[in-house]
Amino acid sequence: MSNAPSLPTETKPAPAPVEKIKVRVDGKEVEVPKTTPDPLSGRPLPTTMIQACNAARVDVPHYCYHPKLPVAGNCRMCLVEFGTAAVGQDRKPVLNPDGTSKISKSPRPAIACATPVSPGMEIYTNTPAVKQMREGVLEFLLINHPLDCPICDQAGECKLQEYSVEYGKSESRFVEPKVHKPKHVDLGPRIVLDDERCILCTRCIRFTKDVVGDDALGIVNRGSYNTLTAYPGKQFDNNYTLNTVDICPVGALTSKDFRFQMRVWFLKETKSLCTSCATGCNIIIGSREEKVYRYEPRENDAVNSSWMCDSGRLNYKWIGRADRLAKLQGPGSSAIGWSAALKEISEKLKQAAKGSTALIASARQTNEELYLLGKLAVKLGAMTDSVPRPGEADKLLLNADRNPNSLGARLTGISADPMGSNLPKIAEAIKSGRIKTLIVFGEDVTELGMSPDLLGMLQTLIVSDILPNATTRLAHYLLPGCAHAEKRGTFTQTKGRVQRFMKAVEPPGDARPEWEFLHELILNTTGQDGYASIEGLFNQMAGEVPAFKDLSWAGLGDSGVSIPI
Amino acid sequence: MVIDDLTEIADKERAARKRYTIRCCMAAGCMSSNSKGVKEALEDAVNQAGLQQMVEVRGVGCMKLCCQGPLVQIDSATAGATFALESNEVGPLYQKVTPEDANSLVSTLKGGQTPVQRGDPRHPFFSAQLSIVLANSGFIDPERIESYITAEGYQALHDVLRELTPKDLIERIIKSGLRGRGGAGYPTGLKWATVGKAASQQKYVICNADEGDPGAFMDRSVLESDPHSVLEGMAIAAYAVGANQGFIYVRAEYPLAIARLHAAIKQAKKYGLLGSGIFESPFNFNIDLRIGAGAFVCGEETALMASVEGKRGTPRPRPPFPAESGLYNSPTLINNVETFANVAPIVRKGAEWFAGIGTEKSKGTKVFALAGKITNTGLIEVPMGTALRKIVEEMGGGAPDGGKIKAVQTGGPSGGCIPAEELDTPVDYDSLTKLGSIMGSGGMIVMDETTKMVDVARFFMEFCMDESCGKCVPCRAGTAQMHQLLNKILAGNATTRDLQKLEELCYMVKNTSLCGLGQTAPNPVLSTLRFFRKEYTDLLMPDAFGPRPNAVNGTGHAAAGRNLAPTEGVPSSGK
Repeated sequence: MSNAPSLPTETKPAPAPVEKIKVRVDGKEVEVPKTTPDPLSGRPLPTTMIQACNAARVDVPHYCYHPKLPVAGNCRMCLVEFGTAAVGQDRKPVLNPDGTSKISKSPRPAIACATPVSPGMEIYTNTPAVKQMREGVLEFLLINHPLDCPICDQAGECKLQEYSVEYGKSESRFVEPKVHKPKHVDLGPRIVLDDERCILCTRCIRFTKDVVGDDALGIVNRGSYNTLTAYPGKQFDNNYTLNTVDICPVGALTSKDFRFQMRVWFLKETKSLCTSCATGCNIIIGSREEKVYRYEPRENDAVNSSWMCDSGRLNYKWIGRADRLAKLQGPGSSAIGWSAALKEISEKLKQAAKGSTALIASARQTNEELYLLGKLAVKLGAMTDSVPRPGEADKLLLNADRNPNSLGARLTGISADPMGSNLPKIAEAIKSGRIKTLIVFGEDVTELGMSPDLLGMLQTLIVSDILPNATTRLAHYLLPGCAHAEKRGTFTQTKGRVQRFMKAVEPPGDARPEWEFLHELILNTTGQDGYASIEGLFNQMAGEVPAFKDLSWAGLGDSGVSIPI
Repeated sequence: MVIDDLTEIADKERAARKRYTIRCCMAAGCMSSNSKGVKEALEDAVNQAGLQQMVEVRGVGCMKLCCQGPLVQIDSATAGATFALESNEVGPLYQKVTPEDANSLVSTLKGGQTPVQRGDPRHPFFSAQLSIVLANSGFIDPERIESYITAEGYQALHDVLRELTPKDLIERIIKSGLRGRGGAGYPTGLKWATVGKAASQQKYVICNADEGDPGAFMDRSVLESDPHSVLEGMAIAAYAVGANQGFIYVRAEYPLAIARLHAAIKQAKKYGLLGSGIFESPFNFNIDLRIGAGAFVCGEETALMASVEGKRGTPRPRPPFPAESGLYNSPTLINNVETFANVAPIVRKGAEWFAGIGTEKSKGTKVFALAGKITNTGLIEVPMGTALRKIVEEMGGGAPDGGKIKAVQTGGPSGGCIPAEELDTPVDYDSLTKLGSIMGSGGMIVMDETTKMVDVARFFMEFCMDESCGKCVPCRAGTAQMHQLLNKILAGNATTRDLQKLEELCYMVKNTSLCGLGQTAPNPVLSTLRFFRKEYTDLLMPDAFGPRPNAVNGTGHAAAGRNLAPTEGVPSSGK
């Protein structure tokens, strides 16, 4: 991982304006920049025909091309015909009688992914010859490809299937025996390879080598015996291996975690965020019938490009754990309803002397929840803090801060500076009897210097969490909360991008989104009413918290908005 | 090293010349027939005869008539030799010499007789040749730089560094009309100009010595016979384009060429003809060897550069062309061995001299490796535009044992077969392209009436299939499918439909492949179909169903690749 180039996640100062050139795609004129930054180095490279086709919203089928990877040019699926503006002997453009520039059609097709555009170029993507070439390439690809779609995990999101339907022939002219290759190759701890399904597009090789900086994969043998493999004796085991499953256009690379678990067409796709570190990778949650089956990265060039790390991607199983907190509990673990519990709690808080309450929130909570807790803390004169969660960073996406919303905790005024520095003070104040009520959200404070004995000195311990721990067992009031996949909200990631996430599945049992019951609690305690919807709540917060000035829920869009930090 | 040092070396070498020189071919062909043993036996015989003071036994490079090796020729520096001399002091040529013949050969120097088979140096095989690239081959000792220097070696490099700006030098190469000898025939001067213009601190010069066509051995012979001519050409090119590092990419199957290159580079460095401050100018240039690992595709320039970089040798799409972004992403000049070998003579003798040889669009000479069903197998260098008939019938002596020539294959697996009726075609880039073949790097395989053309097509297709790197889909899958179809036809199991499918595949693979290998792999099939279609159709089974229903006019093959077949008159590739 040593030479891994970092992703261009930062908004760089605007470069000098690039010269624009006009080209025609299937008769439609588009204007494209003469150069386009290389996805890896940022170096300006000549704009290619496929980029011009994208600009003209004309689909050009492709396998090996990936906008975030270096061009390989090997699948030949994006071959198009083209013509360039004719230049005469005097090096001046030749004109038609009507004054338009004369186009000389190239005798040979060209791959759209690697061929630069030139001014006046005409690209033809739907000529009979182009169709015939696509048919031919697909026919070649299918010669040795097994027809095991019914048991293939890729079925339903397979480019070979899609293009065969769209551009292929229904039958093959070839009846010769297929070349057989290894079927079940254990590439690494998370990846299984089926070499017969592989169409040798080399996306996985280029991603692993050029994006991750781990030269682990390669092709061995020649001709139709070409085989994808990991370096002999080496495991394909970096923290980004599962991205190769995403970019594999066929079912050759499969995730050990997801394979044979669910047909992809049954999955509901929800736009969400990864919560495993402060990077805030944009993801899609694939769920069915209230069960999360997979995370996949969602493209956001300001944050995670098109990738996410394996540790974040596989960190979803806790959402469906059987021991999730699903019961609302009052004193003595008694069953209680939400309205009764919130009423009792607000009564206790109202009676509490100012300054006798402390509040420990989690930097895994949303901006809205932290904002509401902040309001509560102000009312109670409570000492507040949240809990740092340090880890090791890598050069690509993984952040050393393992909390998804540390910045939100800071901007809403919940966390001390530095984060966690108030925790010993709170413990001390409990010991001295000054703090009599402790509100804990999403953290196990017994691991933060507050032993069960110390917590026993409290008059009231109010805890909201998702999974059971030593603190939840001691709670006088236990309010079951929601995983991010079960609610909506926003996080502020490490570079100040405020991003929202959507609800994928229903919470278990009594569990409710924290912002919902906090809104009620604040109404009961302070008499201040707020918005009962997440949209309204966010907009209210934007009006009150200076850092979020001018933001609106709708304005965040799918990819978030960066705020100055 | 200054020019006086060069002259001194040459003078010393000339002064040391003995009366007789026995030249013994020490190129790979003759070596495989024990010419090393012959040379040692000759040395012993000279010593036994007490002629050490009078006779030099010199190992030389290829003496061209490979089929008659080991070859030995005796020259005399002064008149009054014991045997008849040609005008250029060249004496009798002996063929198929064995070590046992040594004593009798040496005895001829004292007026004795020898029963050893005599060759005829006046035969058109020799007399019709015009040597530029091979001028030193068979005369100088390739393992001694002094021998090359005596033959005006490194003069051109000196003159270029002293007298010419890179721009003038490139102008001279453009004027000479030299075109790339690797096969595609791109104007060498233009290529140099492009690399020269590229703005970069670091540029490279690469010599492509990955000669892989079956039956071709021109580059090997040049490297084995006159390695310094390639080094000098590279150094001149490097000066022209502004490079300071060169690589020679040689295939590992040429151990002798590699050894001689190693020795040559070492000697040139020792004399300061490579390295820093060559001829006391600010020009620095080093050359390193890179050895191939047996992949034909590494002769393709982008694959070659990947291999030099230590990566898997697979081609990449162009643009960017190597001249803009090549080795290690730097502008790179890549030329073939023979191209570089032409450079020093052009500089020495002038662009006009070179442009005066050959045809209007193909200047100079071309070296061919004459092989196959032909009497005189060997290496020839002829002016561009020489008729094919002259080469194979006069020089090559026609098919052996009274056979009749049926076709000549040029350009190896990328080329085509030229039928006997077209033998009057002049051999130049454009005439061969018109016939559906290519000049190629210089392999020339002659076939007689016993050769089955479908079999020839299958041989080359099998070669391409085995050598396809597998990177791009059409070449990976298409060569295998075409090979299977050719097998089916040869087995007599194919129908009209299969032939039609084969033709469609040919155009598909030709038009959609990534690199030259795939783009030209169908050429042997297409060219044999063009001239020998009947040999294919004779092998077909009767087809109850006729051609495929979607054939345009029902003739079967006319529908083949109807959209992909090149339009008349349009060149088939960007070459």
